[in-house]
Amino acid sequence: MIRQLTLTAITAMALGLGAGAALASGGEGNYGHVEDRQFSFEGPFGKYDQMQLQRGLKVYTEVCAACHGLRYVPIRALADPGGPGYTEDEVRAYAAENFTVFDPELDDDRDATPADHFPRVTGDGMGPDLSLVAKGRAGFHGPYGTGMNQLFKGIGGAEYITAYLLGFTGEENEVAGQYLYENMAFPTGWVQMPPQLEDDLIEYDDGTPATAEQMAEDVSAFLMWAAEPKMMARKQAGAVAVLLLVVLSSLLYLANKKLWYPVKHGGKEANL
Amino acid sequence: MSGIPHDHYEPKGRFATWLHDRLPVVGLAYDVLMIPTPKNLNWWWIWGIVLAFTLVLQIVTGIILAMHYTPHVDLAFASVEHIMRDVNGGHMLRYLHANGASLFFVAVYIHIFRGLYYGSYKSPREVTWIIGMLIYLAMMATGFLGYVLPWGQMSFWGATVITGLFGAIPFIGPDIQTWLLGGPAVDNAALNRFFSLHYLLPFVIAALVAVHIWAFHTTGNNNPTGVDVRRSSKQDAEKDTLPFWPYFVIKDFFALAVVLLVFFAIVGFMPNYLGHPDNYIEANPLSTPAHIVPEWYFLPFYAILRAFTADVWAVQAASFITGGIVDAKFFGVLAMFGSILVMALTPWLDTSKTRSGSYRPIFKFWFWLLAIDFVVLMWVGAQSTVFPYDWISLIASTYWFAYFLVILPLLGWTEKAKTPPATIEDDFNHHYPEASGSAAE
Amino acid sequence: MSHADDHKGTRRDFLYYATGGAGVVVTGAAVWPLVNQMNPSADVRAMSSIRVDISEIAEGSQLTVKWRGKPVFIRYRSAEDIEFARADALADLPDTNARNANIDAAADAADENRTLDAEGKWLVMMGVCTHLGCVPLGNGAGDYHGWYCPCHGSHYDAAGRIRKGPAPENLPIPIAEFLDETTIKLG
Repeated sequence: MIRQLTLTAITAMALGLGAGAALASGGEGNYGHVEDRQFSFEGPFGKYDQMQLQRGLKVYTEVCAACHGLRYVPIRALADPGGPGYTEDEVRAYAAENFTVFDPELDDDRDATPADHFPRVTGDGMGPDLSLVAKGRAGFHGPYGTGMNQLFKGIGGAEYITAYLLGFTGEENEVAGQYLYENMAFPTGWVQMPPQLEDDLIEYDDGTPATAEQMAEDVSAFLMWAAEPKMMARKQAGAVAVLLLVVLSSLLYLANKKLWYPVKHGGKEANL
Repeated sequence: MSGIPHDHYEPKGRFATWLHDRLPVVGLAYDVLMIPTPKNLNWWWIWGIVLAFTLVLQIVTGIILAMHYTPHVDLAFASVEHIMRDVNGGHMLRYLHANGASLFFVAVYIHIFRGLYYGSYKSPREVTWIIGMLIYLAMMATGFLGYVLPWGQMSFWGATVITGLFGAIPFIGPDIQTWLLGGPAVDNAALNRFFSLHYLLPFVIAALVAVHIWAFHTTGNNNPTGVDVRRSSKQDAEKDTLPFWPYFVIKDFFALAVVLLVFFAIVGFMPNYLGHPDNYIEANPLSTPAHIVPEWYFLPFYAILRAFTADVWAVQAASFITGGIVDAKFFGVLAMFGSILVMALTPWLDTSKTRSGSYRPIFKFWFWLLAIDFVVLMWVGAQSTVFPYDWISLIASTYWFAYFLVILPLLGWTEKAKTPPATIEDDFNHHYPEASGSAAE
Repeated sequence: MSHADDHKGTRRDFLYYATGGAGVVVTGAAVWPLVNQMNPSADVRAMSSIRVDISEIAEGSQLTVKWRGKPVFIRYRSAEDIEFARADALADLPDTNARNANIDAAADAADENRTLDAEGKWLVMMGVCTHLGCVPLGNGAGDYHGWYCPCHGSHYDAAGRIRKGPAPENLPIPIAEFLDETTIKLG
């Protein structure tokens, strides 16, 4: 219900404890700002934009994948309904082209197949896994701890990622031999990840101009899909359930009214 | 069983008689289903059915999730993702189970507050009330244990904090905590036993629910007037009651369908609204989230736990009297469990002769203040413990105890209650003036 | 209720029947997911068809791969193997069916009906003895220059056909096809 805790939690995750404590005093009020955006998948009937997911995958593959894994996401999911909508052959080619995995049966590395997951990326200087980042962050809080903002705007994981990617001010700071970069979306304002996106960093296959904002939104949408690949199926199931229950509760309302009518009207039958 | 006089099952046919002589199971089902029920029950009385349904929902979805879940620290988080991504319909089943816990607690809180308002705890329903409180405790334990299983950050740190409560018990606390966890900290041993107990407890709840129903089928349902059903004869009883089937079954099913409509809208369209984003980050014993907040349904009691800090005079007095054995930490634990204990003791704390709060004008005010207090505690339980939240939670916690320990006992002496209707029939006919009319036209 | 309004009966009951029917439909809709969740999950289904790279297999040797939880023998037969397999008369075989899922179920057990290619170089079959499910030993084992099951002594020939011992059937040939020169798709 109430989650002002989230962003502060990320602080502890991403920053070294000492650096976090040193910088937290720097006026938290100015930081942590996340702007509401209209993503296509928001609302009860919102759908993932297939082309946007494809663009987002390209941003992830060419920019993020160097330092961030997606270990819980099976590559085959790229061909699943409600997702980026690639064909199985396209997915197979994508997997083999971009990733290698260690196969314990071969005792050797081999090209990834659709049945494999996106790789897990670990090591010095590597960032956290992004499989669930869009559900593990909240963009909106409050007001006054009531959770109303999340009710109307959504939890805002995708908005947070977009704001984060676009939130760099260009300021940097060295603390204990580690470079930190100022970021307006981050609650404490300073992060370990250097700025990544700049206009025309990559080239989109569908000809969309690759502005930094476009790329940030696209990869945020993609990461939302990566975190919640069954969102379309879920909303559909929810809609069917609600529809069935509307019918059932209407009938039960009438049946109940009719059943009780004689009791409440001295034995007279209801005209239903 | 000295119930309300009503028709009993008469086996018809040779097989029915044969079975009835050996195992009167049909007769039992008949008596349960046809139980005479006060006909003036209002819509606050539907939550029992919602709770029964939710218990079944949770057991069914839970057994299914257990088919795909792995209780191991290295695999638990991944197995939940396996359920969410690969198992057929697994995402819906898991969201139903996770939000089902919320539905369970929404329903149980309304059910409890309905009992508090209409005096359902008062004689002769004390046992029903106590069993209900035991069910509620078992629900809290089950909810807590289940929340640990996905092995996210909130799972891990919630488990650490809550088992830490037992560590606050003087002298033997640390040993109890180690025993509960099977080690010095929350780890694989704890996860395994939490899974086992999370699977076990719902069946304990189901057994307690059967006893709960047995108890109030013996005393008969309470009703909005608090007036007893007339038991002098079957004819009198039938003027006050209607059989549970079909009148209340259909009514309750209608209410259940509406509740489920809202529930499925939440599951389908905003299933993570009531959860914590942090629990989508895998448990990391080396890094604590900045604020550990329990699920919303624990917040009121979490607020009471945190409210009594070392600078509160009651805590200082307790510490002084006990020679330091009861410190602030232990005091908070006692307060939290005490807040549920005082609720369980309500049947003996409420001294009023009038059962239903509808006829107690002053009681009503304090009751609604308690309801608001509960919401305030829930809200403040999620805030940080800085000014003014510390004061708000202290005042709200104090009122909780004051209501049960001071206000309820005193009101019984001082309050002048209005006179309830003489019979349930009178009350019903007052609401439905045509009800007493003759059928013949 | 002295006068029963019987003429209203059908109309009155319709509402109750409709409500009951809707209840049954809703219950039914809820039950199916509870059943379907026990069917194979997406990760299991993703492994129901695999691609095997055969470029590394030397002539006269065998690759064993795991497919749907069971071993599959992929043998690149030498000229000698093929000769052995094609020399024997069909009449000697205990099981005269090809047991090949890729062709007509009634096809006979001729070597040509067992191999994946017309030349007979590639033999792909389940490595599970048809007797009691052990994995036979390969590379010319047994009395018939094929496979030999160590559990109960069944002998299979160079085409994987049962020749001697308790096993009742030839080693079955799964759904398989060449995608290109060096890739076989199973399933």
